[in-house]
Amino acid sequence: MWSSYWDSVAVFLGINVLMGISLYVPMTAGLISLGQGAFMAIGAYVSALLTKSNVPFLPALLAGGAVAAAAGLVAGAPALRIRGIYVMILTLGFGEIVRVFFLNFEPTGGASGMGGIRPLTELWQVALACLIAYAVVWRMRHLRLGRAMIAIHEDDLVAEAMGINLTRTKLVSFSLGALMAGVAGGFYAHQALFIDANQFDFSRSAITFLYVVLGGAANPFGSIVGAAIVTLLPELLRVVQDWRMTIFGTMLVLVAVWRPDGLLPAPRLRKS
Amino acid sequence: MTTLLRIDHVSRRFGGYIALNDASCEIVEGHVHALIGPNGAGKTTLFNIVSGVLRPTSGKLSFQGVDYTGCRPDKILTMGIARNFQQVRLVRGLSVLENVMIGAHARIDRGLIGNTAEFLGFAVAERAAREKARMMLEFVDMAGSGEMQPDDLTLVDQRRLEIARALASDPRLLLLDEPAAGMNPTELNELGALISRIQANGLTVLLVEHHMRLVMSISDRITVLSAGNIIAAGPPKVIQRDPAVIAAYLGNGDEPALSS
Repeated sequence: MWSSYWDSVAVFLGINVLMGISLYVPMTAGLISLGQGAFMAIGAYVSALLTKSNVPFLPALLAGGAVAAAAGLVAGAPALRIRGIYVMILTLGFGEIVRVFFLNFEPTGGASGMGGIRPLTELWQVALACLIAYAVVWRMRHLRLGRAMIAIHEDDLVAEAMGINLTRTKLVSFSLGALMAGVAGGFYAHQALFIDANQFDFSRSAITFLYVVLGGAANPFGSIVGAAIVTLLPELLRVVQDWRMTIFGTMLVLVAVWRPDGLLPAPRLRKS
Repeated sequence: MTTLLRIDHVSRRFGGYIALNDASCEIVEGHVHALIGPNGAGKTTLFNIVSGVLRPTSGKLSFQGVDYTGCRPDKILTMGIARNFQQVRLVRGLSVLENVMIGAHARIDRGLIGNTAEFLGFAVAERAAREKARMMLEFVDMAGSGEMQPDDLTLVDQRRLEIARALASDPRLLLLDEPAAGMNPTELNELGALISRIQANGLTVLLVEHHMRLVMSISDRITVLSAGNIIAAGPPKVIQRDPAVIAAYLGNGDEPALSS
């Protein structure tokens, strides 16, 4: 019984998976962003503005991703000098700046939001975007860039002493993540049909972080598992009515206790 | 005899502590040049300054006649100076072979268009780097370990892996910081042979080491540091008999240990 309800749930699931990957990418290089919602907002607003001016969906989507990636460069630049928890604080601040900007920016509707967006998002497009994102992540892992990101994550002193340009690698990974979040935002806008700044607030960024951590931050497929659980469980738990968020929260605590590294294990290399 | 690396009146302070005081030293191309001295003499400080991990408080560094004082470590590696680490620092999460490939990182950067081509499957540089890494593993006698995890190796193999990683960057100058730490006599002999083979391949080696038998048997030149000052420099035979070295390094004339 595949209803339009489940179709819509699947689309949002795909968008959330994409958001999860968008955070997984900079996290491979040790950059934990709590501002992915901001890049999603940028992608959503830019693409919605473009399709409203009759630009076809695909170029609008890509433009949203590109502007988000550019914003990622701007937000990432100061993050180069700091590490760990300070990157989280910085990206959190960036997320708030973007949210408040759209809240007050009248050309995109300001506080009353932006409606009348055409329903252009289709499930297969979102699924394809997720596939492409995974292909990129997989390919990257087996190339210079992916190795460099892991090396920076593990030990940036060694990475730099071995010839890795920290600035460039960190910026590329941050901005690539922002691009993915921007595309996810574009899909979101053309599925939700109405967007306002508060849909992209801190809880959006925090829940994206949850997808990755819950699923397993060391495994690229962790975000699928994490996003699936966080998106689907509250829906499936609707039968228990008022208790669903309580049960959901309890399950999160249990995961944190029993599997602190997330549900999926780190992929172990083959032993010869 | 051409000078490959020139350390010119280099000093380094940590607050009020002078770790290195006005050190000058020339490393001749093709030599194995050892840096010895008691603990806290400033060997590792000098080593970190040469590889760019630390900046000198004053003084100049030049490599092949080019002043590189203040350059970042990744730039210095590209110039041809590669190093290992005293406390082994390998990248967990990458296989042994991939750890070596990290060393070839700078060599396989083909710019935006080239890198995009690599990404899309025309992985020419990638394959070359993999091949290079295999050769380097073979060079340090670890040909069979490529698919293992660094954590699964013995400490001695981890040290050899670091040497392979440094060699993968095609350096002119290899900096080795206490590569013999924790090795038994057999492994020491193998390390000595490995360093000689590296030298035979045309590389210059700057070696920080406590193990006197190794240092005396493979070094062409020795520089002795004590309390941040260079107190002697010369060939092993001269250093072994230098009274200032014996006094600073071994206390009161314990000469047999130096010449053993």
